Amino acid sequence: MTTSREITRDGLWGNNVALVQLLGLCPLLAVTSTVVNGIGLGIATLITLVLSNTIVSLIRGFVRKEVRLPVFVLIIASVVTIIELSMQALFYDLYLVLGIFIPLIVTNCAIIGRAEGFASRNPVGPAALDGLMMGLGFLVVLALLGALREVIGFGTLFANAELMFGDGAQTLQIQFNEDYPGFLLAILPPGAFFGLAALIVVKNWLDLRPREKQEIIEAAPETV
Amino acid sequence: MITISRRQILISGIFLWLFAVAGTTLVAFTEYSSREAIIENERQVLLRNLYALLPRDKLDNDIAEDILELPASPLLGTDAASIVYRARLDGDPAAAIFNSIAPNGYNGKIHLLVGVYSNGKLAGVRVVKHAETPGLGDAVEIRKSPWIKSFDGKSLTNPDPSGWRVKRDGGEFDQFTGATITPRAVVTAVRNTLLYYQQNADMIFKQ
Repeated sequence: MTTSREITRDGLWGNNVALVQLLGLCPLLAVTSTVVNGIGLGIATLITLVLSNTIVSLIRGFVRKEVRLPVFVLIIASVVTIIELSMQALFYDLYLVLGIFIPLIVTNCAIIGRAEGFASRNPVGPAALDGLMMGLGFLVVLALLGALREVIGFGTLFANAELMFGDGAQTLQIQFNEDYPGFLLAILPPGAFFGLAALIVVKNWLDLRPREKQEIIEAAPETV
Repeated sequence: MITISRRQILISGIFLWLFAVAGTTLVAFTEYSSREAIIENERQVLLRNLYALLPRDKLDNDIAEDILELPASPLLGTDAASIVYRARLDGDPAAAIFNSIAPNGYNGKIHLLVGVYSNGKLAGVRVVKHAETPGLGDAVEIRKSPWIKSFDGKSLTNPDPSGWRVKRDGGEFDQFTGATITPRAVVTAVRNTLLYYQQNADMIFKQ
């Protein structure tokens, strides 16, 4: 049994979908040209993960293993289609921006990966939590990458926030420098790869630092 | 080699079928309950785009409903039928809003809404869909730059034909730093739409 703490830590950090498992790169790289786009796709992916993990866990008792993959794909595809339709009905402007990427969530390997690797072997509670935490971990990376590319590429932050949060959010937009010429590379696809690489470097660097200290402490008693 | 009995195969098959039915039912139900909201949203976005080109006091009809299907035309850049929206005031023709296409953008087609007053003057132009380079060619979008407003009030005689080009080609319209192909394509497409209107105005408002 995995504890909730382990699930949380794995999802957000230790086994982060985007930074460690490197899954779901297609939507990750495609939409993160601004923070708002990143958050939008992140939320849609998060909801998909929680729902698909929950459903897969609920039916794990009676799915025969020969047909489990087609069943998972069916569940994920239905959930994504329902999210897409709901988004069209409720957040149409955001749908206009993200619309073409929503069906791509079906192809996000992270979702079938969690269904197969975790949800189909664990009770509903932990499975839903795993979906939530994996989704949050993915969302945070999408938002960070979006922020990085938007600041460097456009010199703004939270542009078009009103598409997601309503007209009141228009004031959220931060313009750092009126005359910022923009840095095209950050917006174009290569910028996504550079940005993601930078985030992975930072994560690995943070991971390695405390481990060195630990090794020294562990090694010390043996020398006595 | 694992042997699977015929019975197991049947059970698996039925199980899979049940899931397909359940999934399809859920999707169908969602589609049914969200259909009206989606159609209304699409209509609102269309109206917003149309009213961005035409001040509301210039028309009193339901412009989103008063439409006519135009056959494919090289002047509109269309290779399939396209829709023109007709604005009327007191029953008289006020303006027409065309869905034209600039086929020669830097990254393929640029889809435009071109509003033409009945006297042949441009009410305005908006880019509705394009794949131009972000940061360079995408300045044709109203959100990125006011450039597209430089068409407001122009007509086939203002400027004269030699002025209907970007400045680099000796015309009157600005190009963007680092991007000439995109504005060149849009300027040509807008002028072609005006020509189309000039040749077809009677047909457009007849019905």
